[in-house]
This record gives sequence, structure tokens and C-alpha cells, in this order.
Amino acid sequence: MAKITYIDHEGGEHVVDVKNGLSVMEGAVKNNVPGIDADCGGACACATCHVYVDDAWTEKTGKASAMEESMLDFAENVEPNSRLSCQIKVSDDLEGLVVRMPESQH
Amino acid sequence: MSQAGEHVLILGAGHAGGTAAALLRQYGHQGPITLVGDEPLPPYQRPPLSKAWLKGEADADSLALKPAEFYAEAGIDFRPGVSGVSIGRTAKAVTLSTGDTVNYDYLILATGARVIQLKMPGAELGGVLSLRSAADAEALKAELGPGKRVAIIGGGYIGLEVAASALALGGSAVVIEREQRLLARSGSEKIAEFFKGYHEARGVRVMLGASVTGFVGAGGRVTGVHLADGQMIDCDVALVGVGILPNEELAAEADLECARGVVVDLEARTADPSIFAIGDCAFRPLPLYDRMFGPESVPNALEQAKQAASAIVGRAPPAPEVPWNWSDQYDLKLQIAGLPFDVDRVVVRGDPAAGKFAVFHMKGDQIQQVEAVNAAPEFMAGKQFILNRKLVDPTKLADSAISMKEVAA
Repeated sequence: MAKITYIDHEGGEHVVDVKNGLSVMEGAVKNNVPGIDADCGGACACATCHVYVDDAWTEKTGKASAMEESMLDFAENVEPNSRLSCQIKVSDDLEGLVVRMPESQH
Repeated sequence: MSQAGEHVLILGAGHAGGTAAALLRQYGHQGPITLVGDEPLPPYQRPPLSKAWLKGEADADSLALKPAEFYAEAGIDFRPGVSGVSIGRTAKAVTLSTGDTVNYDYLILATGARVIQLKMPGAELGGVLSLRSAADAEALKAELGPGKRVAIIGGGYIGLEVAASALALGGSAVVIEREQRLLARSGSEKIAEFFKGYHEARGVRVMLGASVTGFVGAGGRVTGVHLADGQMIDCDVALVGVGILPNEELAAEADLECARGVVVDLEARTADPSIFAIGDCAFRPLPLYDRMFGPESVPNALEQAKQAASAIVGRAPPAPEVPWNWSDQYDLKLQIAGLPFDVDRVVVRGDPAAGKFAVFHMKGDQIQQVEAVNAAPEFMAGKQFILNRKLVDPTKLADSAISMKEVAA
């Protein structure tokens, strides 16, 4: 279990507890957090679950796979700390994780 | 703008209906929401049923759109195992299968589609299955496994995904297709040819131009599929995947216009301002292609759920999206953006033999559709080009040494 803070592009904070093994995307969708559409349900096929990982966390959330990288390459408003939240698995290590949503997903 | 007390009744609790209910709350709708679904489960994702779920890589919890308790917490009255029987437009009331009559201020039809059943001898035998619902998938999963032979009638995406999953589980598969190629309704010739080769190389038997005339069985269980040319394909289980039909009857009986789906506008609204139709049951405008169509896909259901929920709460309409879809088979991810309307040129980029390529379907210098196999940049860039109606140079596009970013420049 990890407490994750999702910050929408208007600054609204949504704090939810997410079970280990779920993705950061699933934590948002299952709790009706706006801004993460996840059209493909986590198949790394759509880039509608794009988030910015707070700098303090980029090491713990790991690196994007080649597939994820190339999806992000053409997503809108990409930054160095951009990730597809469906590809970040939740574990106890991510307790306190903060992610922000891009403006394009509101 | 919906008023505080206004009741939204949603008929159908699939991906479209479930999403519309959740979005109405996200968008601030204050009034009561009733979500009626004929299945026993709260809204869930269907795509994994033929893919990850069938292979045992996803569980029931991960299929669910929202946790079961979400609906009560969000003040959504979810009523499983119930369907609509008739719509009274003048009274603004729907009669349900329970016998109850429920009044509505807004009605969203999200009744989905049903699989086309084959009417032929033996179709009622045990082990002749189709795949649409979680219950269907449960029944199919129980029949697959090491040494199990599945005969698949219909070479569309469902059939091909099930073939790949059957092999992953240690079984074998025969795909029987009536047309002269796979994916006749849903993919281009180039893609069909590629997938045929890929499946055959992994041991799937693909039969084209093969008509099924019936099923034979023993002890009430299917044991084979009979073809028009006299061949018998032995099997332990048969899967029929020959397409779907929109569930539009309720709307048609209420005198709402239907044309392979309930006809709606860009707000997902029917000619009756209180009634919307979304997802697989709807026939909708595609502004990027200047025509009406019924894309059978999850992204379409989600887009229309946004349109309807926005219209009901008085929120600005969402920007038009490029229709898209995907399929996972073996180690292949196929991503499709756009639709192949009015195509006069086909450009292949990359090498199909390397299992990484994209097929662009163009109208002049404008991309109408891209089918990308393990080619995310081509999919993502192609989707943007389609949205912006960007003109691209087909010679550059065909040259995979020129990156998609350079093609865009």
C-alpha cells in the first residue's frame, strides 16, 4: 500500500491509498481521480495516462521502457520527468509519491 | 446545465455506461444517477477478455472499471442483472425487466452490442462459444489449455487474439474465415497478410475462403466443425467470432432513428433532446471524415461518454478525437488510428519481416489511417497528423531512415 498524491493541472490534490501491484494509473482511475483517462486500460497503447513524476521520486519509479519512451516521444507537453502512469507499479517504496497531470489531460 | 434534482438514467453498464456515470460525478452532476446493467458485474473492461485475462495475466479486480463500493460512495444507484424493456418518451419513463417504471430527466442508452450467432446445425452444442462478456470469457477459459484444440470461426481481431491466447496456454488453434483474407472488415490487406504469416509461423492453421455449414458433436458436446467443401475440422471447443450487432431495438421501438446503431449528434444526443446513445449501440458523426459511422471500440465508447456527460452538465464539448483501437497478439502490439475512408494510396514504412512496421492509408497527401505493428512512433505521430489533417510527403513517410519527427517537420 502506498499513499499517492495526484495533482491535477489546476493544482487540485487528490490523495488516495493504492494497493501494491496496481499501477499508478489504476490507483487514479479506480478512485475516480480526474485527468487520467487511460483509454487502453493499461496496455501502453494510448498515452492518456501521462503524468509528471516529482523529481524526488524519479529514481524509485524507475525508467520508461523503449515502448513507453516512444509513446511519450509524441505525447503532448512532454518533460524529462514524464511517464505513463500505467507503467509504474505501486509498492511500499512509493509511499508518499507525488505525480502531476499535464494540461492536455483535463 | 443539469439541475440539482435531475435524474440521469443509464441503460447499460459496460465501458460506455460505467464511464458516463463516473464522468457525470466528476463533472459535478448533483442529481441522482441510476446505472442499469443486464450482467451481474459492475462495469468492467472487455478488451483483456481475449488477451491478458484469457491467458491468466489479469484478475477480476483488475478488469473492473471501479471498485464495487465506488458506485454507492458516488451516489450512483447501480442495478445489476436488470435491463430496459421499453421507453416511454412522453412520460419520460423506462420500464425495466423487474417490472419497475423509472422516470428520467436524461436517458443515456449504452446498451452495447451482441455477437452475431450462427444459425446452423449443431450451433446449440456444448462447447460452441462466443466471446463478449466476462461470463463468456470464463466459459472459454475453462476450455483452453495444454493439448486443447480450438476451432475459431471468423478471422477478425477477437478470433486472432483468442488463437494467440490458446497457443500461449499450450493448445492449438484453427482459424476458419469465409473471406479470402483475414480481418476483412477491420484491417487492411497488408496487415491481414502479415498476421496470417505470423500466426502460421507459430502453428495456427489459417483457412481462408472456408464456409462453415455446421457443428457436429457427441454426447451434446462439439467435436468438430463441418465445412462446405466436406472437410471436418476436429476440435475440443469452437469459438464463433463473426462480428456484432448494435442493441438498438429499445430505441427503434421508441421511434428513435436507427441506422446500424442509434443515430446521434456530436453531443451523443438523439433527436429527442432528453435521450443520448453512446458506445457500440450508437451511430455517430465522425467530424474528421465528414460522415456517420459506428466505430466498435473502447476509445469510441469513452469519447461518447465524455460527449454525453458534458452535454448533460453543460460543460464545453470535448474536442473531437481520432478513432483508434489496438490489438495484442503474441509479442505484437497493433495500434490503429483513423479509418480508411476515401483512400487512394497505401504507404508501408518499415519492414514487416522484422515485425516492426506501419501501413499508412492516404487520401492524397493526407493520412486517413495508420496501422502500426510494434511501431509506437508511427502510431502516435500518425494519430496527430490525422487530427490536424496534416499533409505529408509520402516518399519521406515511406523512408524509415527519416524519423517521424522529421516527417512531421
